Amino acid sequence: MASTLFDKVWQAHAVRELPSGQTQLFIGLHLVHEVTSPQAFQMLREDSLGVPYPERTLATVDHIIPTDTDSRPFADEQAEGMMSAIEKNCKEFGIRLLDRKSGSQGIVHVIGPELGITQPGMTIACGDSHTSTHGAFGSIAFGVGTSQVRDVLASQCLAIVKPKLRRVEVTGVLPKGVYAKDVTLQVIRELGVNGGVGYAYEYAGEVFDAMTMEERMTVCNMSIEGGARCGYINPDQTTFEYVSGRKFAPEGDALKRAITWWKSVASEPGASYDDVATLDGSSMAPVVTWGINPGQALRIDEKIPAAADFATDDRQTVEDAHAYMGWKPGTAIAGTKIDVAFIGSCTNGRISDLREAARIAKLGKVKSHVKALVVPGSQDVARQAEAEGLPEVFRAAGFEWRLPGCSMCLAMNPDKLVGNEVCASSSNRNFKGRQGSPSGRTLLMSPAMVAAAAIEGAVSDVREML
Amino acid sequence: MSDLIPVKEVKGRPIPLRGNDIDTDRIIPARFMKAVTFDGLGQLAFYDERHNADGSLKGHVMDDPRFLAKGDRIAVVNKNFGCGSSREHAPQALLRWGIKALIGETFADIFYGNCIANGMPVVTGDTATVDKILAAIEKDPAHDLQLDVEARTVTYNGETFSIEIPDGVRKQLLDGTWDATRVLLSAAEDVKKIADSIPYVSGF
Ligand code: SF4
Repeated sequence: MASTLFDKVWQAHAVRELPSGQTQLFIGLHLVHEVTSPQAFQMLREDSLGVPYPERTLATVDHIIPTDTDSRPFADEQAEGMMSAIEKNCKEFGIRLLDRKSGSQGIVHVIGPELGITQPGMTIACGDSHTSTHGAFGSIAFGVGTSQVRDVLASQCLAIVKPKLRRVEVTGVLPKGVYAKDVTLQVIRELGVNGGVGYAYEYAGEVFDAMTMEERMTVCNMSIEGGARCGYINPDQTTFEYVSGRKFAPEGDALKRAITWWKSVASEPGASYDDVATLDGSSMAPVVTWGINPGQALRIDEKIPAAADFATDDRQTVEDAHAYMGWKPGTAIAGTKIDVAFIGSCTNGRISDLREAARIAKLGKVKSHVKALVVPGSQDVARQAEAEGLPEVFRAAGFEWRLPGCSMCLAMNPDKLVGNEVCASSSNRNFKGRQGSPSGRTLLMSPAMVAAAAIEGAVSDVREML
Repeated sequence: MSDLIPVKEVKGRPIPLRGNDIDTDRIIPARFMKAVTFDGLGQLAFYDERHNADGSLKGHVMDDPRFLAKGDRIAVVNKNFGCGSSREHAPQALLRWGIKALIGETFADIFYGNCIANGMPVVTGDTATVDKILAAIEKDPAHDLQLDVEARTVTYNGETFSIEIPDGVRKQLLDGTWDATRVLLSAAEDVKKIADSIPYVSGF
């Protein structure tokens, strides 16, 4: 019988069924960052547990790290505390830490793929909900809580219920100016922010087939915003070419054997799914969120909806969004004035994102009332951008060029919104207070759209600038 | 390691936290996650919903004198509670504020798992049931809410409601195997066998 990647990979890693109905699943790659790990290491110490497979865990620092300076100790004492804690924990338990000194530091979901650590057919866990990003390679990758970080450290396994599988098909060819970010926001809008709860998503169809790996990562990254803990795309030639030659990728004959295995885990034609959803990619347009969750999104040519346009259940959230964001229903989203533009994050902080944004940045100057920030996703991304002269392009247009990290995606470092500023952001979450100010307002969009908004000083249709 | 601790029943004063899609950024804003322990998170739960910019109270239900109580608490919520960031700081903040169990219409996956991993029962009821429970506690909050994991019931002020909890989770709570680390570690040899059989673990 034809089977799916999800079933094959799951089975290859299943140690046993637990009495709870959960599966004990072996985790092939465990990624660790400074925010969700210190308590897990503490629990290990309290229970006198070790880390039996330290080589299967890799750590970096991204969430709290300042993006304007490299000097230690950090000005923020708590951030310094977290930094020293991860240094100490990694040393004590024999885990490799990729810090700024290593030259490979960056957002955990950016560095795994770019170093060739993330590979097809793996099971991947990290104490971070956007771990779904790594599914772009055809791996099963999901975010876990701190107790589960402890579980993986202590046993290299997770106790987890196998989710159902939904195939999300996007057909056709994307029009010019419509990016992976627009596709994923449209999927979330149509299937709902909790439409994926209990499901893993398999993204399939011409639109994903045609995407580069970086675009696929943008899509898989946001699976969790649609409620799906993991989302993946079957590995193909695009995947193999991306992985080959990277620092931690297999080489020579091992690479050949790896590719044979990677091909063998892909979903087979005729495999069955618990559910199938189909969207038409050729009719898609740039998407911008207007509300307080990523599903509250509009095409650039649409107007703020009224609560009455929604099902009774959703009206409260819609009214909440109107009040928080300060909207009058019926207002066009295009033309919304912005105060801050943020380009970066694990969704859109990769080199191709910066290239697209720079293409737009070349066309003008950031409006004087806008603070604009470009934060590369990793040191590798930063080096590549520098080699291509992108920082000069951004600076000339009036953007600040920063050091790599999560930055204003969740503002655990000094990069924050102030008051009720409106931020055009290439990140993944527009929750209340997400960008560091309890009344700050976030509009999610593609990096090219953020650059366009920075230059126009307001939400604009990037298609008209291409 | 400590012994397995069964969770058969939770009893405590109710706290209604109404609203759909309450995300973990609201439960505990990210700026409070910089500590390296979970201590002290309790008083920061729902901080921005409870406080004005100057630190004064906004009059959130958690600060409403009618709902102030000592001892264990049980929260009653609506749909998709705990969505967003996977931060375990969210259940930890609730737990340290006193919330030992949650009753609601639906919960986000990761949040749900984090709660169970901390031995906090999370149970669900349909909209009508949750509405009734919310109405009963808001009318008269001065009673203990009783959550019986074994019988799958919630009792408040003499009235008993049926609630749902998946068989597997119920079993985990009842026999104490919600403490996953201990369970996982008991199969170390099988884990080794699986590890050896996976092509990328051995370098292809
Ligand atoms: S960039 Fe944002 S979403 Fe991604 S890992 Fe960092 S904080 Fe999380």
